[in-house]
Amino acid sequence: MPTQKHIVASYDAQLNKLHETIARMGGLAEAQLSAAMQAMLNRDSDLAGRVMGGDSKVDEFEALINDQTVRLLALRAPVADDLRTVLTALKVASTLERVADYAANAAKRTLVLNQSPPIPPVRAVVRMGSQVLSMLKEVLDAYLERDVERALDVWKRDQEVDDLYSSLFRELLTYMMEDPRNITPGSHLMFIAKNIERVGDHATNIAELTYYMAKGVSLRGERPKGDTTPFVGDPEGPKVQE
Amino acid sequence: MQDAAASLDDATLSNHPPQVKMSARDVRVFYGDKQALNGINLDINANQVIALIGPSGCGKSTFLRSLNRMNDTIEGTRFSGTITLDGEDIYSSKVDPVQLRARVGMVFQKPNPFPKSIYDNVAYGPRIHGLADSKAELDHIVLSSLEKAGLLAEVKDRLHEMGTGLSGGQQQRLCIARAIAVSPEVILMDEPCSALDPIATAKVEELMDELRRNYTIVIVTHSMQQAARVSQRTAFFHLGDLIEVGETEQIFTNPGQALTEGYITGRFG
Repeated sequence: MPTQKHIVASYDAQLNKLHETIARMGGLAEAQLSAAMQAMLNRDSDLAGRVMGGDSKVDEFEALINDQTVRLLALRAPVADDLRTVLTALKVASTLERVADYAANAAKRTLVLNQSPPIPPVRAVVRMGSQVLSMLKEVLDAYLERDVERALDVWKRDQEVDDLYSSLFRELLTYMMEDPRNITPGSHLMFIAKNIERVGDHATNIAELTYYMAKGVSLRGERPKGDTTPFVGDPEGPKVQE
Repeated sequence: MQDAAASLDDATLSNHPPQVKMSARDVRVFYGDKQALNGINLDINANQVIALIGPSGCGKSTFLRSLNRMNDTIEGTRFSGTITLDGEDIYSSKVDPVQLRARVGMVFQKPNPFPKSIYDNVAYGPRIHGLADSKAELDHIVLSSLEKAGLLAEVKDRLHEMGTGLSGGQQQRLCIARAIAVSPEVILMDEPCSALDPIATAKVEELMDELRRNYTIVIVTHSMQQAARVSQRTAFFHLGDLIEVGETEQIFTNPGQALTEGYITGRFG
């Protein structure tokens, strides 16, 4: 939060409330993703069920943030950094809602994975999950503290996740080709991996929003895209590293 | 000429680099020993609304009044620096302040119609400046000024009733019609809506947007939202200095100076 206080104290109180709601929602989204990974790793269907049930709580937070934002816009007509703070909160809330959706979806697919024998790539997916989770934690802290440098570090780190995802994609293809019985769990795992990779993208979005909120201009320049999977199996596509 | 200008839409207007209508250089104004402006440099673009904002006593009204030499009428006022209108120095000894004020008109905070009929209020300027040769010509000036001020429809059946009998919002638009009647090039407005309700305010704001096609408008306002709504450029004054001037959108989303940000967000220390 900017250090200098508003003359009208209730304005600050409303902004602080919004800040606090986002922080709680962020914590909840992290916990959902973390629990989803845990459920997948331990083949824990109960935990997966709880993650699925917990998604509505995240949705409630998003609705609450929408309400708080609308009220601030209507009653305070914020400008300059206040305006950017409020707009960014709205966008971060919808990003976090997506993240929690992906976590719930991973949990749902875990229930199906638990119907068949374990396949080894699960560990790699979970490893990717923890990496994304640490990015998410880091970027949320950076956002809440308006720390642009820290947000940019996360922004750059997404490349590693993309690389991890590309190699995982090929690994999963190999498993499925080896034994058709791997196709069902393999496909689900592939969706989970893709969703986790998306969470990484969302973390970079939050980094970009943090930059905009603090600096007042959009972050320019293309982030390096490492996901080459759209070209796997395409003879016309760029040469994919084996 | 005016019709051609009126047909320009905003996109066309914005494609042309703005033309500087008035230009202030190193403007200093003193009231006795007290310096009210500390060397202001500011360009006012033609066919734009520029909003002057800042806390009370920052010098924005003093600056506004120096644009048509209204400060001359206040005893003990000293002026230094230059202000040009179309490149001409308005403080030159060759300039007649009365003629200048016909080119640079003014609308005040409180509607101040003369205690005369609606018609005579608008006809007053053209009469003293000798702008109409016949009754028909004067009628035309009065009606078209009322039309441009968005008031004609409301008053056309009672042009000979007292101007002071109108509502506050109508009185203010009458004052705008009176200012337009002498065909000014620049219109200065000193908090023109502070005594009006939101509907009357909206009508005046809409009017300003219409008027800027033909005129250049400088408005002093204490309402940040009004500055944001009506102006293309905003200038922030503080303690006699011009702190920042820029595109209104930029000032209200990403001001360059901490002082500006503090003021517009209500965090002024």
